[in-house]
This record gives sequence, C-alpha cells and structure tokens, in this order.
Amino acid sequence: MKTRYLAGAAVLAAAALALTACAGTATPASNNTKTLTLAQAQKATSIADFGGMDGLVAAANKEGHLNVITLPPSWANYGQIIQGFQKKYPGIKINSENPDGSSADEVAAAKAQKGQSTAPDVFDIGTAVMDQNLDLLAPYKVGSWKDIPDNFKDADGTWYYDYTGLMSVGYDSKKFPNGVKKLDDLLGSEFKNAVAIKGDPTQANEALSAVTMAALQSGGSVDNIQPGIDFFQKLKQAGNFLGTLPKQATVASGETPVVIQWSFNNVGWGPAAGSAGNPNWKTVVLPGTGLGSYYNQAINKDAPNPAAARLWEEYLYTPAVQNLYLAAGAYPSQLAAMKKNGTVDKSVLAKVGDAPSDFVQLDSDQAAKASTLLTAKWAAAIG
Amino acid sequence: MTSLAQSRGAGVTPRRRGARIGVGWIGVVPFGVYALLFLAIPAVLAVASGFFTQNGTFTLANFDTFADPTTQKDIIGSIGLSAVTAIAGAIAGAIICYALLPMRADGLVRTVVDAASSVFAQFGGVMLAFAFIATMGNTGLLGLIINGLFGDNTYTSPLYTVPGLVPVYLFFQIPLMVLTFMPAMEALKPAWGEAVATLGGTRLTYWWRVGIPVLAPAFFGCAILLFANSFSSFATAAALISQGGLISLDIFRASTSETVIGHANEAGSLALAMVVVMIVLMTAYGALQRRAAKWANR
Repeated sequence: MKTRYLAGAAVLAAAALALTACAGTATPASNNTKTLTLAQAQKATSIADFGGMDGLVAAANKEGHLNVITLPPSWANYGQIIQGFQKKYPGIKINSENPDGSSADEVAAAKAQKGQSTAPDVFDIGTAVMDQNLDLLAPYKVGSWKDIPDNFKDADGTWYYDYTGLMSVGYDSKKFPNGVKKLDDLLGSEFKNAVAIKGDPTQANEALSAVTMAALQSGGSVDNIQPGIDFFQKLKQAGNFLGTLPKQATVASGETPVVIQWSFNNVGWGPAAGSAGNPNWKTVVLPGTGLGSYYNQAINKDAPNPAAARLWEEYLYTPAVQNLYLAAGAYPSQLAAMKKNGTVDKSVLAKVGDAPSDFVQLDSDQAAKASTLLTAKWAAAIG
Repeated sequence: MTSLAQSRGAGVTPRRRGARIGVGWIGVVPFGVYALLFLAIPAVLAVASGFFTQNGTFTLANFDTFADPTTQKDIIGSIGLSAVTAIAGAIAGAIICYALLPMRADGLVRTVVDAASSVFAQFGGVMLAFAFIATMGNTGLLGLIINGLFGDNTYTSPLYTVPGLVPVYLFFQIPLMVLTFMPAMEALKPAWGEAVATLGGTRLTYWWRVGIPVLAPAFFGCAILLFANSFSSFATAAALISQGGLISLDIFRASTSETVIGHANEAGSLALAMVVVMIVLMTAYGALQRRAAKWANR
C-alpha cells in the first residue's frame, strides 16, 4: 500500500513540479528575487541567497509543500503554529508526518526517504540524537540570527535552539487539593497509582529528564542521576508509580492524575486545551534548580522543499511564533532579545512566568553518562 | 479414485501431477511476489541489520543484548504472554465454535457471531488500549464499582503490567480463533457421530476417537496463529505499559531511542530472536502434525 501511495505521490509531485515550472517562467520575477535550482536552494544559507523575503516566499510558494515531522499539535503550541503558517502562506501545504515519533524517528525518516518528495524538510530535534547526525543538516541563518544568543546556536548555522520547557509536575487539583509542593509529596499514600512519566527513560528524552529532575530534587546532580533512579524505585515500592503512557486523553479522563513532563505539555494539556484538556490541571515547577532541555531547529540538507523549509525557519523565529511557544510554557530562544526590544507579549509572559535564570540542562557527555546508568539500573528499579 | 487410493489415506487432497504444474504456477505468482516484497525482503533486511553497526561494518556486538537480564526477562515475558493468550484464546474459541455448531450456518446467531468476530479480531492498537482503560483502568467503570462497594483505593488496575495484557489480548484472540477454527469444526460430518453410535460408542468415544484426532491439526495450527498474533503485537502494549517487559517493546526502544544512542541495530538481533522462536514453534508444529496424521490414520 505504502509503495503504491509513494509512487502516486511521486507522480503528483512530478506533475506539480512541471506545472509550477511553467508558471514560473510565465511570471516575471521582481528585480531582486532570484530563481534557484533545487540544488542551489538546498545550499542557501540565508535569505539573501533568495534575494530577500519576497524571493524566499515566491520560491517556497513554487514548491507548494512543506514536510514537517514529529510535531504533536498539543506540544509547545505546534497546533496553532502550523495553522498560523497555513494562514500566512496558503499556497504551501503542510504535511505533518508521525506527530508522536521520537527524534530518532526523524533521522530514520530522513535517511529512509532521502531523495523522495515525502522526506522531512525540517527537524525539531533533541541534542543527543542530533549530535550523531550533523551530516544530515544544512546550515542556514534566519533573519533574526543576532537575537539568538551565541551559546544557543552553531556558529555556522547548522542548528539553533528553538525552545525549552522546564521539567514540571502536572496534577489534577480536584483530586489532590493540597497540591504538590515538593517531590517527596508524591510518595504519600494519597498518590497511589497516580504518578506517570512520558515513557521509558532509556527510550524517551522526556522520561530521562523526569528522572534527572528527580535527581536534582533529591541531592543528585546532572552528573549523578542515581538519586533520581532511587526516587522512582521508592515511588514504585510505594505503589504510586503508574506504568501507563500518559496522553492528553488520559489526563482529561483522570487515569493519569499526576504527570511529570515538560511544562509546555502540562500547560498544553490543562485548561489551555479547552474541551480536550483537563480544566483542573495545575502545572508546578518545583523550587530548587530547574531542569530544561532546548530542542533544536535544523534543515534537512536533502530537503525536497528547501525554500519552504527555510521559510518555515524564518516563520518560527518571528516574534509572533516565539510568543506562541511562550504561551504554551515553552521558553523561546529569542526571549531575552524580545524582552529587550519589546516584542514579547507581556500579558503572556506575566501569565506563564519568566524563565528562571538558573536552570540547567544535560550536556552531551552528561546525557550519555545518564543513559548508560539508566540502561544498567532502570529496569531493575521499577521492575 | 485411483489418485485417492494412491495417496496415503482418506482426507488428504489428491495431488495434481505432471503437465498441470506447468501452467498452475502462474496462479501462485501474485502471491509469491507479494510474499517476497512484503514479507521475505523486509524480514531479511530487518534481521540482517542485526549483524551490522550503524556505519555498515559487520559485527556480532548487537547480540550482547541477550546477555542483558532485562532482554532475557522480556523474551520470556513475550513468550509467556503469547502462550497464555494463545492457549486460553484457542480453548475459549473452540468452545464457542462447539456451541455454535448445532446452529444453522445462515441463521441469525451464526451470522451475528461471524460478523462480530471479524470486527473484534481486528480491533487493536491504541483504541483497544483506551477501551480497556475506560473499563478496567484505575478510574474505569470496574474500578468505580469496586471502590464504591469497598471504599476508595481498593481497586488497583492490573492493566499496566504484562499479566494485565492477558484480558486485553483475549479480546482479539478469541474472535480470531472463532473465525479460523469454525471451518474445521464444520467439516465434522454428523454421519461420523451416527456411525460411532451405531457401533455402540458413546459421545465421549466419538470425541476421543474421531472428533479430537480430526480437529487436532487445525486446532494447533490456529493456536500457533494466535501465538504469533500476540507475539508480534505492539501498539496496544505500548499504550498500556510504557516501561518495557515485552520483546516488541524492546525493539521499539532500541530502534527509536533518543537517549541510548547507537544501539538501533540491536532491534535487528531482537527481531532474529523472534524469528527463531517462531521457527522452533513451527518445527514443533510440523512434528506434531505428522504425529497427528498418523494418529488419524490409525
């Protein structure tokens, strides 16, 4: 079935290319815009290579498609962000593939579908997986490059931070009116069968981050997450650890009444989600050292729609979209600059709360060390 | 009748020989191509990946995963879960088939059971997981009733453990058994029962001497199908138990991990382990079927 579909898609894409190619020659280009071949566009490192924004928009419209991957609508406001792009650039159709997949799935899709029209154009990817696959990425610097702090980006533009959440505890305030003030509260008997994390920490970065956050709260550090593993072992022994995979639906139904996950997901699954969310869902970032983890934006060097990919990056780093991330509780990488130049949405910032100045994130050595420890200890701790 | 006499006993379909084979294979080609493209090639590629590093060099390092107690436990967990749901599903399904046997094949009950089985046998994945969460989860219907009767927090959902998957898997295993075993049941001729009765046999003699020997190969064949069905199930388990415990979940973890980098090809060696388990099972089945054939001829 899939092969047939792909073949069909390829025929369609070829037809579309042929048609738009005709249209392209018919429309007179404005003075500055440049018409790039696919190979040239795949190597474009800034908007100037397209002769400015108009040229980029024209080139992206000509492609007519944009393939994004692993962007769940309830994750960091991606539902609204994608809708916003569709509204702003109605000529470009977004194909959102495998929304619930992992960073490793992004890489696998880029490799498996290389050269096909369905390959992902852009990545929203975790650092650990990205570091192993830098050769898949095309350097590109967005127009607002200077607003991204230097330690948040690769000097050549191969990757750049987009947003981070903070590890947070989300809970149903109707079921737990006393709330969660410190991590050890979760060991209490009222939290029986209540506490879930986002998967297996030897598979999912978000779950590994939950263990790391527990370590920071229990005397451990980013160099030593053993106390975090110990915490989950105690949680399991107390009968409070819930092995199911939390989803927006399980939070809404009350089956997973406490979820340790990124703040933007806890915020996104609560009242902010309207009727699909849990109206009593509260998000707490526990006092003490916070844990964040920036996700990176990057462009596939074999992007089938290279101009649309670059237009998407330009769009993500506009103040409007950076404010959308912020509204979901995801701190965008240009936040500091936006506060300085006044483009931050102050009411949103007041509602979400400013990013703490002292949160930590695992560097790649620490992440590797943590996953080695988890491989050895995790299954036994919660088995 | 000559061909029937040549073949080794009643009930074995006469084989077509000679010139007919020359044209007959054309009919098999579409299936052969299909099986090659969608079964053989992907299986070979998946298993072969277990023998290489991600850079494409040959290695046996991916098999180190079998020294890991977690992997060993998960293989046993998968085999155990599949065996329990296959045996329980096969027995329950066979009993349902037996109960349906006296009914008219085109009657209302049979039609409804057939239709419902076709639907439920294919009902799986996250939808099935959520249906069971709504019924048997901590805040599900059953939990609410039990907590209402015996006080809060009495009920702990069994769903989020490997044994908790048994009722969930039976939900699609039993209907699958009904669908696949019913044709074999229907092949039992009433005349055989009458013959046994004429010769002074009881109902028990009939089942022991005729019914069970005739049905045994089909029964075990269906049970193996059920085993494979459970063994390869993934989506339902992944939605209910996020912390591993089954080999299919380990394959998912190895191939998609964001945190343990560089072990993706272990998925290939784990897949090989699954293939080996199925080969052992099919071989045992082959031996059993030959034994059963002798038994039937006795």
